[in-house]
Amino acid sequence: MWEYTDKVMDHFENPRNVGVVSRIDGEGQVGSLSCGDALRLTIQVDKDRDTIEDAKFQTFGCASAIASSSALTEMIKGKTLDQALSLTNQDIAEFLGGLPREKMHCSVMGQEALEAAVANYRGVPVKSAQGELVCKCFGVTDSEIERVVRTNRLTSVEEITQFTKAGGGCGQCKPKLEEILARVLHQTAKEPAGKPARMTALRRIKLIEEAINTEIAPALNRDGGDIELVDVDGHEVLVTLKGACASCPASKQTLADFVTDRLRSLVDPEIVVREYHA
Amino acid sequence: MKTIYFDNNATTQVDPQVFEAMEPFFKDLYGNPSSMHHKGGEVAPYIREARRKLSSLLGCEPEEIVYTSCGTESDNTALWSAIRTQPDRKHLITSRVEHSAIVNNVTLLRRLGYRVTEVGVDRQGRLDMEEFKRALTPETALVSFHWANNETGVVFPVEEIAGMCHERGVVFHTDAVQAVGKIPMNLRESKISMLSLAGHKLHAPKGIGALYVRQGLKFLPFMVGGHQERNRRGGTENVPYIVGLGKAAELAEARLGEENSRVRALRDRLEEGLLKIPYSIVNGDRVNRLPNTTNISFEYIEGESILFHLSHFGICASSGSACTSGSLEPSHVLRAMGVPFTAAHGSIRLSLCTYNTDEEVDFTLGKFPPIVEKLRALSPFWKDGAPTDSALLTCDTDSCSVCS
Repeated sequence: MWEYTDKVMDHFENPRNVGVVSRIDGEGQVGSLSCGDALRLTIQVDKDRDTIEDAKFQTFGCASAIASSSALTEMIKGKTLDQALSLTNQDIAEFLGGLPREKMHCSVMGQEALEAAVANYRGVPVKSAQGELVCKCFGVTDSEIERVVRTNRLTSVEEITQFTKAGGGCGQCKPKLEEILARVLHQTAKEPAGKPARMTALRRIKLIEEAINTEIAPALNRDGGDIELVDVDGHEVLVTLKGACASCPASKQTLADFVTDRLRSLVDPEIVVREYHA
Repeated sequence: MKTIYFDNNATTQVDPQVFEAMEPFFKDLYGNPSSMHHKGGEVAPYIREARRKLSSLLGCEPEEIVYTSCGTESDNTALWSAIRTQPDRKHLITSRVEHSAIVNNVTLLRRLGYRVTEVGVDRQGRLDMEEFKRALTPETALVSFHWANNETGVVFPVEEIAGMCHERGVVFHTDAVQAVGKIPMNLRESKISMLSLAGHKLHAPKGIGALYVRQGLKFLPFMVGGHQERNRRGGTENVPYIVGLGKAAELAEARLGEENSRVRALRDRLEEGLLKIPYSIVNGDRVNRLPNTTNISFEYIEGESILFHLSHFGICASSGSACTSGSLEPSHVLRAMGVPFTAAHGSIRLSLCTYNTDEEVDFTLGKFPPIVEKLRALSPFWKDGAPTDSALLTCDTDSCSVCS
C-alpha cells in the first residue's frame, strides 16, 4: 500500500474546488483516460488585477492525482497569474507533505494543467508542450522532461519515469531519456554549486526568514529599530517596522533600499519588499 | 472498524486450526527429521501425515509432492527442470496472462536463445486453443499454463491440454496456485506432469509451497543441497509450515463443496449487485471461472481511488489499474484480453473465501455505489449521471501507441 500523508488522504477524501468555474477564462487539460489519469483545470481571472479569482478541477485518477489537483486549486486561488506560474510541482508535493516517488507525476500533471490554463487565458501556446515528442506512449516532450529534471534535480531515467511517466510504457525512448538526462546534468554542473537550479516556495520562505532574523533585524536593532516578517507571496515579501524606524521620515526609503538589497543578494534577485499597513 | 476481506486471491488469513496445528513445532517438536535420535524421529510422522493430506486434496501419491518455499519457487523448479532435463528442446509454450514467476522467466529464456510462444486469450480471457495446437511441436520442452487466472478467475482447460501434451510426449506444467482448494482435482486421472501450489492462498501461512511431480518424470532440483524431499529439493524441511499446509489441505478438501456452493452464491450476489451500477462490466468468462472471484470495471473512474475509499470502510479488494502496481500501465492480463484502457484502469477484483458472510456482501453493496458516484462526480469524463464526449478520452498525440 502506498504511504500517503494525512494531508494527501484529506485532500483525496475531501477534495476542495471540484467542478468548473462559473465563468471559464482559462482552461487546461492534461492526461487522458487511456493514460490512467486526466485533469481538467478551469480558472476565472480578475482581469484588472491579473489575479486568479477562482479555480476548479475535475480529475480522473488515483488518490494522489485527486489530492494534487485539489492542492493546486487551493494554492493558486488569489494569486496573480505570474505568482501562480512560479509554482513548481515540488511546491504541490510539499504542500501535501510529500508524495511517494512513483507518484510524483501527479504533481507534475497539476503544474502542467496550470500552465496550460494560463496560456489558454493569455492566448499563447503552452511552452512545455512544445519541443520534440520523446515518449510516444504517454505523449511527453523533451522540454517537459528537461524542466522536470531541473526542478526536481533528477539523476536517473527511473526517476524521469516516476515524475513524468516518460519511458513507462514500451520503454523505447529510454536511450533518448538518458541523452536528455546527460545533457541537463552537464549544464547544471556548470551552474554555481550550493544553490538549487530552481527555488521552491518553501525554500524561499525559509531563506527569507533566516535572512531577516540573522542579518537584517540585528542591523536595524543597532539603530533602535526592528522588522517583522508578515507574509511571503511568491517573490513579494511583506514586512512591518517597529520602534525607531517607524517614525523615521526616511524609513520607507531605508526599508526599500536596505532590506530589498539584502534579501536580493541573500535569497533571490527577484524579491520585491512591501511595507504592511494594518 | 471491522475488516471485510475480499482479497483472498492476494493472500488469505491463516485458519486458527492451522495455527494450532503448527504451534507445537515452535516449542517441543523442534527436531530435524534427518537426525538419528528421538527428537528427529518424533517429527517425521507429522510430515508424513501432512504429505498424505496434501496428496489427498490433489488426488496424487504422497511421494509425488515436493515441498518448496512458495508458488514462485515451485514454478521456477518446474520450468528449469523441464529445460535442463531436455537440453535438445529449445521451445516453450505459455500464455500471455501468466503470473510474473513465469512471465519474467520467459524474458530470461528468450535472451538465452529459446523460442517462446505466448498463446493469446480472447476478450473473455479464454485461451486460444487453435493457436496452442499450432504451436505444439516435437521441439517443445515445456507447456506451462496456469489453471486459473489470479485477476479474473478464468479457468483454463488444463486437463484437456495435458492430454494433448501427453500424446505428443511434451511435459505439461500448471501453476494451480489459485485453483487448489477451489476446483476439485484428481491428478491420478489427469496427464498433468507438474503442478505448483502456494500455502498462503488456502489459509496456510506465507512461506510454504509445493510442487507436484508425476512419478517417473525426469527431474532435476532447483535448490541443490541435501537428500531432503528424495533429493528433489535441498534444505532442512520447514516442519511447522509443512504441518500447517497439511492442516490447510485437509480443511480445503472438507470445504470444497462449500466453496462451490455457498461462496459461489455470495460471489454471484455481490457481482449482480455491483452490476446494477451503470457502466460496470465483468471482465472474464463468467462460466469457466473460479467460484470465489469477480473482476468488474467501473468505467470513467480509476481503481486505486476506489480501493482507498473501500478501505476507509474496512473493505479490502484489489485493482488492475496502473496506479496500484507502481507501473504505469494497467494489468497485463486485462491488456491481453483486449479490455479497453478506459475500463482497465477502473477494474476491481473481489475474491472471497468461506469466512465471508451475507452481512459482508450486504454492507459492501451499500457502500459501493456512493463511492463510484463520488468519484464520477470528480471525473472530467462524467456529467449529470452520464459519460461526456471529453477530448481527454484519448491523448492529443497522434502517435500515441495506446490510443491508435
